[in-house]
Amino acid sequence: MLRPYVPLLVLLALSVVNAIFMVVLSTVLSPGGATKVKSAPYESGMTPLGNPRERFSVKFYVVAILFIVFDVETIFLLPWAVSARRLGWAGFAAAGIFIFILTVGLIYEWKKGALEWD
Amino acid sequence: MQQIPLEQALGLSALLFAIGAFGVVIRRNAIILFMCIELMLNAVNLAFVAFSPRSGVQGQVFVFFVIAVAAAEAAVGLAIIISVFRHKESVDIKNFSLLRW
Amino acid sequence: MSFFAALGRPEVLDLARQTHYFWALLPEIVLTLGAMLVLIVDVIHKGDRSEPSRGSIPVLTLAVLAATALANTALFGLRDVSANGMVAVDGFRTFTNFVYLVAAALCIAISMGYLERRGIMKGEFHALVLFATLGMMLMGGSRDLIMTFIGLEVMSVPIYVLVGFDRMDPRSSEASLKYFLLGAFSSGFFLYGIALVFGAVGSTNLTYIAETLGTGTDHGHERLLMAGMALTLVGLGFKVAAIPFHMWTPDAYDGAPTPVTALMSTGVKAAAFAAFVRIFAVAFADAGAQWVPVVWWLAAVTMVGANLVALTQGSVKRMLAYSSIAHAGYLLVALLSGGDTGKAAFLFYILAYTVMTAGAFGIVIANSRDGEERVTLEDYAGLGLEKPWLGAAFSIFLLSLAGFPLTAGFLGKLYILRAAVEGGQAQLAVILVLASLVSYFYYLRVIVVMYMRPARSEGWHAGAGLPLAARTAVLAACVVVVAMFFAGAVPMRWAEQSALSLWRQPAPVAASPAPASLFR
Repeated sequence: MLRPYVPLLVLLALSVVNAIFMVVLSTVLSPGGATKVKSAPYESGMTPLGNPRERFSVKFYVVAILFIVFDVETIFLLPWAVSARRLGWAGFAAAGIFIFILTVGLIYEWKKGALEWD
Repeated sequence: MQQIPLEQALGLSALLFAIGAFGVVIRRNAIILFMCIELMLNAVNLAFVAFSPRSGVQGQVFVFFVIAVAAAEAAVGLAIIISVFRHKESVDIKNFSLLRW
Repeated sequence: MSFFAALGRPEVLDLARQTHYFWALLPEIVLTLGAMLVLIVDVIHKGDRSEPSRGSIPVLTLAVLAATALANTALFGLRDVSANGMVAVDGFRTFTNFVYLVAAALCIAISMGYLERRGIMKGEFHALVLFATLGMMLMGGSRDLIMTFIGLEVMSVPIYVLVGFDRMDPRSSEASLKYFLLGAFSSGFFLYGIALVFGAVGSTNLTYIAETLGTGTDHGHERLLMAGMALTLVGLGFKVAAIPFHMWTPDAYDGAPTPVTALMSTGVKAAAFAAFVRIFAVAFADAGAQWVPVVWWLAAVTMVGANLVALTQGSVKRMLAYSSIAHAGYLLVALLSGGDTGKAAFLFYILAYTVMTAGAFGIVIANSRDGEERVTLEDYAGLGLEKPWLGAAFSIFLLSLAGFPLTAGFLGKLYILRAAVEGGQAQLAVILVLASLVSYFYYLRVIVVMYMRPARSEGWHAGAGLPLAARTAVLAACVVVVAMFFAGAVPMRWAEQSALSLWRQPAPVAASPAPASLFR
């Protein structure tokens, strides 16, 4: 009865092994242990100033949103690309409309200055 | 090849959904509330995929739409949480006068 | 419409052919293009990002809405013969589309002047209103549960942003967060309900679901279907703000900028109700034994509870929020009454309700000032004497909401009561009448305060008023509210025809090859 779960079990085991492998590998290969000076945040060789947990600029957030738009775009374009020949011109038109709408969003972001980093 | 029985997949999905819904009710941090809601949506995705062998491949297509919608919701929701944080310096819904429910 | 026929519109659509979706979705396509145009024109026009948008943006937005309304007339007389289209092509959709467009146009009109005063005159506002309207049209016109869900989200996500549009006001942001969290929570329930119905029936197509349930064949997943229906009901209950799923409503309505409140209480509610009718009163019609008792209690509790709580409200904006919850109860009665009269009464009432509620919020805007909302009852004292036109308009809207004779609200309630009695829901009809009697008290109290009590101070109402366009819109709403009483037969006939054309009418028993039988 548990047979269908065997692939899941294999996946689970593989991920655990992989995680352990990477941690062990980095400890084995890394040269020497951490000292207080080494673990201090790097600030051009000077003594660190201020709280390291400084608040992020909202610009990072804007970039993350931009990323979401184009990240999610792929989950619709990939299945279309796989079966593009079978879907024919109707599918091409649908994908074109989809990309057109995304492009309008991109133009908006561009004009709004979300792509500038000053 | 043998398949995972529908009941078990649905049970897992219902369990995840219940954990998410329960989390929304008892937690007080807006970000965690939002994560619980995402958990609920992903529980639904699991249900759609589980039904797919029986009810047709549509179920897997719906998952794409749900992922896209969840991403849009995440973008807007996090922006709203940031705008509230700027006023209150907190994301704990206990500190909000309006948010007593 | 010979105009669209000349453009090549086919008489009968077959949505199995993908090009026919162009005609079926013409209003939505026009609206999408228009919304993108507003977004881009605004952002290109602005030299500096911080400067307010030009005054031409609202005009452009209204033009887009007018173009969409014109495109919507292309749906008149159109029929669809396909079995599994994603979108319904029927009079019900045409009618409700007009309701959303009216709601959006009134929202834009009464926002003129208000946005400048609060310092949030940004083109994104108008683009978001258009995108939300698009979502309403997709949600209310869908023939597939997944389409309903996507429409719901396309509608809700812009509204979340619009509620928090005044970023400088902490109440607006908090209201937005509350609405977002509870809205996303409820759409989770709705989506899980869809998944379970999909599992039970094997399809998300509403026609297919209706036929499967209608044949009475045991599909063997009774419990799955029950759970699916229950979860869908919870999700829709949140969106239409029926008690006990209403807890977000007063705060979100109160904290949102007033034009957004007007849109939420009219367009959003209308779209959620249209989906409610399509899903429950049509697709799940033959499982009525399971859901009718539950919705019965929802309607009764909503009518009684909302009217009682509204009595205790000191803020007119919150009072209108509870009033909108109460009206959800009345609309649920129309939905429960079933049959074509019930659906026609529903359509008539949703149109009347949209006009009178948006008009009432227009007066709330007229009474607000720079950085000051002025929504308490005392703020309205003396308004009727110092600004007779505002006072008269507000009185008409409030009397119509209460359901006084000579207003659209009266006729609407009468139609609902008739449908309820015909549909065997006489008890609900009695509750509706009693709840309305309670509501008279808080509506009339505002009118009494406006006319009988002196203003707080000399010149308190000096700055009350609206710019010309908003004034015209409120005046038009007033005229419509009164005209719908005197010429109520005209919109009612249209509503009846629209309700009749809702797909899946009970098939005629005599199996004649009439074209009407194709038109389910």
